[in-house]
Amino acid sequence: MGKTVAGKKKASTRKPGKMPDPYEVGPLGLFRLVDEGGKEVAPVPELPDGLGVRLLEAMLFQRALDQRMLNLQRQGRIGFYGTAKGQEGATLGSGAAFEAHDWLFPALREGAVALWRGMPLEQYISQCFGNEVDLTHGRQMPCHYSDRESHYVSLSSPIGTQISHACGAARAIQVKGRDDQIVGGYLGDGATSSNDFHAGMNFSGVWKSPIVYICQNNQWAISVPAAAQTASETFAIKAEAYGMPGLRVDGNDVLACYVATKMAADRARNGDGPTFIECLTFRLGGHSSSDDPTKYRDESIAQEWEQRDPLERHRKWLVARGEWTDEQQEEFLAEAGKKITDAINVVEVGGPVDPATLFTDVWAEKPAMLTDQEDRLANEKPV
Amino acid sequence: MPVMTMLDALNDALHIAMEKDDDVVMLGEDIGKKGGVFGTTAGLHEKYGDMRVMDTPLSECGIIGAAVGMAVYGIRPVPEIQFQDFIFPGFDQIVSEMAKMRYRSGGQYTCPMVVRTPSGGGIRGGHYHSQSGEAYFAHTPGLRVIMPSTPREAKGLLLASIFSDDPVIFLEPKALYRHSKEEVEEGYFTVDMDTARVAREGKDLTIVTWGAMLPIVEGAAAEAAENGIDCEILDMRSMLPWDANTVIESVKKTSRCIAVQEAPRTCSFASEIAATVAEKCIDSLEAPVARVSGFDTPFPYTLEHIYKPDKKRVLGAIEYTANWE
Repeated sequence: MGKTVAGKKKASTRKPGKMPDPYEVGPLGLFRLVDEGGKEVAPVPELPDGLGVRLLEAMLFQRALDQRMLNLQRQGRIGFYGTAKGQEGATLGSGAAFEAHDWLFPALREGAVALWRGMPLEQYISQCFGNEVDLTHGRQMPCHYSDRESHYVSLSSPIGTQISHACGAARAIQVKGRDDQIVGGYLGDGATSSNDFHAGMNFSGVWKSPIVYICQNNQWAISVPAAAQTASETFAIKAEAYGMPGLRVDGNDVLACYVATKMAADRARNGDGPTFIECLTFRLGGHSSSDDPTKYRDESIAQEWEQRDPLERHRKWLVARGEWTDEQQEEFLAEAGKKITDAINVVEVGGPVDPATLFTDVWAEKPAMLTDQEDRLANEKPV
Repeated sequence: MPVMTMLDALNDALHIAMEKDDDVVMLGEDIGKKGGVFGTTAGLHEKYGDMRVMDTPLSECGIIGAAVGMAVYGIRPVPEIQFQDFIFPGFDQIVSEMAKMRYRSGGQYTCPMVVRTPSGGGIRGGHYHSQSGEAYFAHTPGLRVIMPSTPREAKGLLLASIFSDDPVIFLEPKALYRHSKEEVEEGYFTVDMDTARVAREGKDLTIVTWGAMLPIVEGAAAEAAENGIDCEILDMRSMLPWDANTVIESVKKTSRCIAVQEAPRTCSFASEIAATVAEKCIDSLEAPVARVSGFDTPFPYTLEHIYKPDKKRVLGAIEYTANWE
């Protein structure tokens, strides 16, 4: 994959005119609207009112939140954390293109989308603390959010399993005849090697599912680079073998991610089937708080990608349009920091999870065998 | 009441479930026009069409994974895995997803689905059309693991499974598909999944079994009765969660216990029965708890008749255990 993975190939540099069609740019090109300097390389279509600013705010907020949560992990106040640093454009640009009643099946780095869709900040933070405030009772490691209200489905750690779920939920939508509703299925570059990628993509193609798959190609599956993950020229090209269009989008161009995902979502909603979108981006941090990327990658590459920061790019675009100022940014970040502090304070005072929750939600009703085991624990019976 | 084979009864249950609730859908390999390789889904595609009776691509991982997505969304999928031996590509979906969705989401999302799959020997199917894998699933909290033993039980347990809010692995003892017949009520009814069934009352010895071993155990018990040994037979119905109380009560009464299964011996459900009886009934026991099982070998093709417990082996264990002093 070499150059393609590094994002040096075929990035559109055309002057503003007609916006290129991401479906025509195709799986080997790179759909882009705004370059690293914040200049439009193609005309940005009219966005819903205020969306440009909201996207910047959400990205800034996520960057600040990730840093704070990582600090909490380093201080030993939470057990684990994985940031989305560098990928905020791909995450939020795609996430913003779905409707509130759509269903999303996330991977590891889409917590920002849950917040975008209305999951309360305290719920996000409490999941990471895993204390009595956590609605999921501290049952999973941090970053495994679940929110019923926003149809943000609980994720697991095995890679790729959610791809088949997304495909099944999209089939259920067809069964119910809900033609207003679609599914978003998230995955990373590593997940394209999984059994469920093949199964889910294949079933979705056959069923012409109302679904948009978003592959965040951050170029690293922990320590394994994209070029060692596949011999395909791009990840997007894989979609064609499953009978669905594969788009390749500059994942650090939040507007390009939004526009491409919105087009794919409209297409799915119109009954025209699934689309697979590879968002080319870069994981600036480690895989998680347990990972040290200096062991396996040349950090000069990371420094290079820092120059392509999705936040800075979008900020420059907004400033040039007179929609954002340095003062606004300063004010927003101060406010965000306070919100995060307040939420952490609310959550952290929570006590440990109730031991009784060990035995609930295993089945719809607690069977006698579990009542017996719970009784043995509670009454310290030797056997 | 009509007389039905187990296949008739399962097919009847599926028709009733689909008629009763539009959210019940079927998916699997060859389940549509063909009606399944055993005919269990016969007539459903004709009646309900492609959208509710789906012939899928050949991927067990995809069938179970897609069904998980459907169940999470809120319909009631009933995927079929053509043979339990082929379920393993979907094992990750069963263990990591289907079984844990309710728990890991704090009850925000649930996974009401039934994976139906023919299990056990009886058709000379060799390694890959004959195995009894119930212990793999019984080791996974969050699942229900059901195996019926008669046509009536099959119908009532399948209907109970489909309308349960838990994920179910429904193991169909294929040896009994056509060889067991009985009168079965028409229309909708359910059988209690949580309670083991006393298939024969007796006072001398408890035999715990399930699925296709039941008629073999019943044959052995009938013969033992002629020799003056009065066996009580428990049909477990469910291996997870499982009804330890019925087993414990019975063994306290009879003082002797045998667990009979077709599956391999080590780390099996029969082993769990034996361990529990040893823990809970030591004051009553007058003989060691015995296991009659398949062997710790792969399921053989030509030697199937030796591998599977038959009446003679069960009878041998009955006499050994009843006469232990």
